[in-house]
Amino acid sequence: MTSLTLRLLNARGSVSPVVAFMVGLGSVLGVFMLLQLFNDPEIFIQTLAKSLGLGSVYAIIALGFVLIFKATQTVNFAQGGLAVAGALFLSFLVADDHIPFTTISNPFNDIPGPSWIGWGASVIVAMCFAALLGLVIERLTIRPMIGQPLFSVAVITLGLEIVIRVFNNDAVKIEFRSLEVPWGVDGFRIGDAFINWSTMAAMITAAIAFVAVYFFYRSRTGIAMRAVAFDQEAAMAQGIDVGRVFAIAWAAGAVLAMIGGVFATQPPVRQTLSVEPETATIAFRALPAVILGGLDSATGALLGGLIIGLAEIFAGQYAAGEVGWLGAGYPLIVPYIVMIIGLIIRPYGLFGTPEIRRV
Amino acid sequence: MYGRPNLYTSYKQESQILPTWSQKIVLGIFLLILLAMPLDLWLTEQIPFVRFLGDNEWLPLINKVLVFAIATLGLNLLAGVAGQVSLGHAFFMGVGAVTAVFLGGQSSDNLHGLGLPIWIWLPGAGVAAALAGVIVSPVAVRLRGLYLAIVTLGLVFLGIHFGNTTWGAKFAGAPGLGRKAPKLDIRLWKEETPLINLDDDGRWLGFDVSDKAKTYFLLLGLTVIFAVMAKNIIRTRTGRALQAIRDRDIAAEVMGIPEFRYKVIAFGISSFYAGVAGALFSAALSGQVLAADFGLFFSVEFIAVLLIGGAGTTAGPLVGAFFVVMIPKFVETFTKWLDKTEGGITGKFADVALTGPEGDFGVIYTGVQTPGWQLNVFDWNIVLFGFLIIVFLIFEPLGLYGVWIRVRNYWKRWPFSY
Repeated sequence: MTSLTLRLLNARGSVSPVVAFMVGLGSVLGVFMLLQLFNDPEIFIQTLAKSLGLGSVYAIIALGFVLIFKATQTVNFAQGGLAVAGALFLSFLVADDHIPFTTISNPFNDIPGPSWIGWGASVIVAMCFAALLGLVIERLTIRPMIGQPLFSVAVITLGLEIVIRVFNNDAVKIEFRSLEVPWGVDGFRIGDAFINWSTMAAMITAAIAFVAVYFFYRSRTGIAMRAVAFDQEAAMAQGIDVGRVFAIAWAAGAVLAMIGGVFATQPPVRQTLSVEPETATIAFRALPAVILGGLDSATGALLGGLIIGLAEIFAGQYAAGEVGWLGAGYPLIVPYIVMIIGLIIRPYGLFGTPEIRRV
Repeated sequence: MYGRPNLYTSYKQESQILPTWSQKIVLGIFLLILLAMPLDLWLTEQIPFVRFLGDNEWLPLINKVLVFAIATLGLNLLAGVAGQVSLGHAFFMGVGAVTAVFLGGQSSDNLHGLGLPIWIWLPGAGVAAALAGVIVSPVAVRLRGLYLAIVTLGLVFLGIHFGNTTWGAKFAGAPGLGRKAPKLDIRLWKEETPLINLDDDGRWLGFDVSDKAKTYFLLLGLTVIFAVMAKNIIRTRTGRALQAIRDRDIAAEVMGIPEFRYKVIAFGISSFYAGVAGALFSAALSGQVLAADFGLFFSVEFIAVLLIGGAGTTAGPLVGAFFVVMIPKFVETFTKWLDKTEGGITGKFADVALTGPEGDFGVIYTGVQTPGWQLNVFDWNIVLFGFLIIVFLIFEPLGLYGVWIRVRNYWKRWPFSY
């Protein structure tokens, strides 16, 4: 907390105009939200839950970006492809009869859907698959690039995204792969506000993922990863296996991408419960969250995701009359606008480490 | 004066576009072949590669190469020379294409268009895109590295979205449908009959020229102009300043190079190229303006062309464009040829590699609609494109330019190994 306070104050200990502006903007938004809460509590609560759920999905994907960036110093543009590949694999395990985990009726609310045990086992298998995919990709394409310019590595991941996307699209070309979850599209009610179970699941998963990443950074491997992020050569000289750190980061990043991909087919993001070619866009929609929070900060990923989720859903709910000239579907570009404004104010995101420039 | 590579006696000689006579002669012959390629000459029929490239079937691809070369020359100035990585090149191309269709297209009930001739809409597209670049650049100057790449990526999504809004659709055409691109015809003003008609076959100086060949000549001329312009920008004051900023921006500033101003210049010039290329892309290649065309894949294609050709050089974008655009067609032609092959070792290979509409072996499906898990030729081409990017970056980060340098150095000291 002290570090946060330190960051908000400038060197002389006084509040900088930027922070004052942001606090002012935040309080105006807070007053607006309070007004809406008293005006129509059901819609407000529903919107809030939806936005936090969407923000959590963004945060999960963003954590994957941050893990990989922290280790390899590069943005993994193939995150969307990995997300769909993982979700597809899960859908094969869950939906297809010829695979051991068959679908049976769910005791929970009597919805036909996968059973909890079979589904849970499928998720674990799919996570292992995603980790394996991440490991293979890292070994083949990223490991040879240690020490090369960072931009080249980023472009390699763009190439990977193109390749993975072709195979993904081939799998879903003829019919969308349905991806069932135990809770289906069901939800619960607070008063008249309807909240999907998957929204809650996304929030809980994001919290678990954040805590896991938080403690991981304090473990031995996590410290090694931070050392690698700081200076690859120096870390190597200290006896840290940089290749192993890369591999772990990619495996963890791919698993997070897969979880994000599964949630990208669920209600706060999409209503279809099936894997489609468009599912891959979740990664590009989550990029503003990563950038806003700062590319190398897990806290930034979580907060950035939530801020972007709030901005997107609230703009869609309450600003439709004012910004009609932005056209239909304008909530989808709100994240980018928020990101650009945020970057003008803080070029390295809210929690990102500024690059120290030496001559 | 007789020159040798890497042996310069004056600055003037070193900064020449073509320092040696052999380079001048080779380039001259190459340009002559390019000029004669689509014509019905005895000579061009004899050179095996040129014979089919000048064909009406292949000329549209050559035109695509030229447009891609112009676009990548612009990206090279920004990403290769000034080191500012941009994934937003497609956005600036889209701005150019939409401006071109606004200035040069026909207006109707729900579309704006002024119907002006090419000598207004083509520079207009460039200027509009350059303005967009200059407007964006103050944001971009504050950002570095991958942050810049992602913000420019955001521009692409914003651009497509605004192209599909109700007011954007009045310029860019209905979402998903697009509108007819402006005509390439050269006319003085809006009169009925153009000075030079590029729509149908004609006869110039005793040669039969098809409409595609006419477009080819126009694009070839523009590409040469833009390539010389790029080369001149790189080897003069502006280019040297940009290279200094690329190599170490603080050091450049200490040396007295105003970083902000030169980054704005880089964005402006690069976007000008992009705008012209975007206008040409819609007018000469796709024949329509469609906002969704100018997406992320497009930007990645130019990055790929730049990196495969060789960033920071003028020849790189030209060679890279040829390589990237032609490879898919080569693959397709090769697959078709395999498909027809019977017997012998190639026939065996074809059996293993291909499946026809009724066969079920092989990897590549030759039909358009694929059953189940097989990829068709077009999908394989995209996969190949992705692999090309990855393989080139891992094994030859300097691109084809690096390959050329290695080949040249080998022959320079031949028969000794070093």
